[in-house]
Amino acid sequence: MGSAGSADRYLPDTVQQAVKILVVGDFGVGKTTMIGAVSEIEPLRTEETMTQASVGVDDLAGLDGKTTTTVAMDFGRITLSPYTALYLFGTPGQRRFWDLWAGLGEGAVGALVLVDTRRIEGSFEVLDQLELRGDLPFAVAVNHFPDSTRHSPQALREALDLEPGTPIVNCDARSRSSSVDALIALVKHALATQKGPS
Amino acid sequence: MSGEYHDSAVRPYVLTQGRARPTRNTVGLDTLLVVADAGKPLPPSATRQARDLLRMFGRLLSLAEAAAHLRLPLSVAGILASDLVDSGHLIARSRIPEAGRPDLTTLQEVLNGLRRLS
Repeated sequence: MGSAGSADRYLPDTVQQAVKILVVGDFGVGKTTMIGAVSEIEPLRTEETMTQASVGVDDLAGLDGKTTTTVAMDFGRITLSPYTALYLFGTPGQRRFWDLWAGLGEGAVGALVLVDTRRIEGSFEVLDQLELRGDLPFAVAVNHFPDSTRHSPQALREALDLEPGTPIVNCDARSRSSSVDALIALVKHALATQKGPS
Repeated sequence: MSGEYHDSAVRPYVLTQGRARPTRNTVGLDTLLVVADAGKPLPPSATRQARDLLRMFGRLLSLAEAAAHLRLPLSVAGILASDLVDSGHLIARSRIPEAGRPDLTTLQEVLNGLRRLS
């Protein structure tokens, strides 16, 4: 257990509402790094159990044809105002975790998709799925690793085949200000989406 | 010993009397909860996990945080917390409606809050 006094863990009693943003991406793409960079609490880990119909693994899955997967999610918190707390949930992007999104995405501001340019193909599926769902505003943040090549946002937009309205920003997930800027790009997009065209 | 999952001799859903879903679906991972009446005792039959949860919500906290601190699976914590709301031990603060999006006022507040950080 953390040594921080339990007094530090609580929210101010004035807080009336919580909002959430999903930070989506493959393992190792920097989700927890980003959450840790902006969170006011030490990032916490929670576990959710997913039961899903097994596809293609029936031989291993037992008689009922279902598998149970435990998914660990790291999350953090920012108290944005005396009334509002923001939670950031790191959400795995791989296809087998998509069932999890249905619940997580409910009422969310949107999703920030973290992309590693050294493994860009790992992002195709998750972006396709978000575009297909259409109900969760999302923005793309390209996390720059020391050994990753810099690409222009336009080149990345084309490589990722993003829709014209989808924001794409560069970021350094280790940096608080850079990560906050990426979150701002998402929230601005969510606002514009909510307001609708025109 | 070093695993991230701390197993228990009691299977998770024994704690929830076999239920995999809360009695109401208003308690989600981002629901803020706080004790309703600190003096109200739990029935003697209450599980240790329910007691731990009630104690954890002595002040305002989200369900996800309480679950993480207590190392309870999120779904189990949700069912137990939902029961404690039903029994009048916990109060849930407002939550963004199911399947809805935060309204413009909320989004603007989030944006302003983030800008103050940058």
